[in-house]
Amino acid sequence: MTAALSVRAATKSFGGLVAVNEVSFDVRQGELLGLIGPNGSGKTTMLNLISGALKPTRGEIALSGERISDLPAHRIAQKGVARTFQLVRVLPSLDAEGNVMAGAVFGHMRSWGAEAHKLARALLGRVGLAGKGHMPVDAMTYIDQKRVELARALAGNPRVLLLDEWLAGLNPTELKLGIALIDDLRREGRTIIMVEHVMDAIRSLCDRCVVMNSGRKIADGDVETVLGDPEVVAAYLGDADA
Amino acid sequence: MTPFTNDELKWLGAGAILFAVAALLPLVDQGFYLSLSVNIMLYAALCTAWALFSGPTHYVSLATAAFYGLGTYTVGLGIDAMPYPLLLAIAALIGAALAGLVGAATLRISGVYFVIFTFGLAELVRQLVTWTQTKFATAIGLYVFTDLFEQHIYWMLVALTAAVFLTAFLINRSRLGFAMQIIGNDETVARHVGIDTARSKIVLFMISGAFIAVAGAIMAPRYSYIEPPSAFNPMISFLVVIMALLGGTKRLWGPLVGVIPFTILMDQVSARFPNHTMIVIGLAFLAIVYLIPNGVTGLLEQARARWKARAARMGQEKAA
Repeated sequence: MTAALSVRAATKSFGGLVAVNEVSFDVRQGELLGLIGPNGSGKTTMLNLISGALKPTRGEIALSGERISDLPAHRIAQKGVARTFQLVRVLPSLDAEGNVMAGAVFGHMRSWGAEAHKLARALLGRVGLAGKGHMPVDAMTYIDQKRVELARALAGNPRVLLLDEWLAGLNPTELKLGIALIDDLRREGRTIIMVEHVMDAIRSLCDRCVVMNSGRKIADGDVETVLGDPEVVAAYLGDADA
Repeated sequence: MTPFTNDELKWLGAGAILFAVAALLPLVDQGFYLSLSVNIMLYAALCTAWALFSGPTHYVSLATAAFYGLGTYTVGLGIDAMPYPLLLAIAALIGAALAGLVGAATLRISGVYFVIFTFGLAELVRQLVTWTQTKFATAIGLYVFTDLFEQHIYWMLVALTAAVFLTAFLINRSRLGFAMQIIGNDETVARHVGIDTARSKIVLFMISGAFIAVAGAIMAPRYSYIEPPSAFNPMISFLVVIMALLGGTKRLWGPLVGVIPFTILMDQVSARFPNHTMIVIGLAFLAIVYLIPNGVTGLLEQARARWKARAARMGQEKAA
């Protein structure tokens, strides 16, 4: 069976800096993959390569076996890759429902008019914002803005969902809600790649982890094994003799 | 297409009545007021067509004079050989084609460069026309003789303005309009929800350019004698920007709010202080940018947003 998403020797260099260096991994259908690593290890750049925000210098990325790495971002979105952003990006001149509709009208699965409004309202309910559809998004709290962004990403019914530190910046209560929400998506059978620093979330949610350090993949496997790997521990905490 | 809501039908009805009333003006007056109204209608069409593209994208185009001048010249060159309505259609095609070319070349570059490029383009087209005429024709100018009077020009401008409004209205409620709204908010998000941002912007720029060229073609008979400095007058580009900014570009009727007072003001100023027109325009530009950067409609929007935010806060407090 072909993987939902496969990354083959993806490399991205900015001048002399190699932010992502020959990274390869697969994501299976319905799997929740954690992409972790210390700050500056190239995780967000990796997500940007998948979503088309950046083009890989070398290597290939394929969605269900179909090469997407030379397509522009909007074509990749239409093929079925949706994402949220590290720093939340809502559309301030639209209300919450309009924000979610943005994801429903042009993406992988498209709807328009009353149907799109209905879908947006349903998704807002799904992420816990029922009844707040007509609230201006800049009057919303941080977690509510993140919820709007997640609902927008879900609105096109994507084949692969990319979450870039979606849980960062939430307080403990919000974090619990956030983890429950992502868990819910996983049970629904969504294929998700999650860049995350929150260890609790990684342990409780991820089926598998890929660990990056200085642009390279240093580990790939189930969560407990990977987190116990001496090289991973060294990457996070420094070498034992340092 | 989604069916019209009751609100939208009301707007359409009100718009139709307003345009019908405006069309009656030549029956009342054929002198000063008609002449003033020709200017108002002209700039209403130009500013609304300009804002159609520049409002949502925030790309300030100074190419209005290029499209306008090409429209004027289409009529000037073809009036002896072809029927006038056909020339209007050709002008629209030429305007759209130029906008398409410019768009494909420049809409990937960011705001400031786009402004400079469009300004340079208008000058370039003007120089090209001048050069071609001196090289291949005997005179720089062209005579346009038609049996169209002021009121006919006025009626055509009313029809054009109505067409611009109707088109903008239909675009705003379409996927393209929604895409432009998202692009105006955040282009990165727009691309990542699946919008071909470059294509959307080019299509809109072409529609806008076509309307502006038709406005130039309609005005051609009024000049009688067309020459590059008047047809490609850069002042047209600047005035359109000032008036649209004064009114505000977020609402369809925004530019109109700027056009009416500004055209009347300009008319008074150029009649009473013919030598100081430029100073007044400069001062007006400064005042608008400093005092009402989002235009008159922007002020209204802000007041509404404040009220809405307060209502939302009170709602939350009540719920808590």
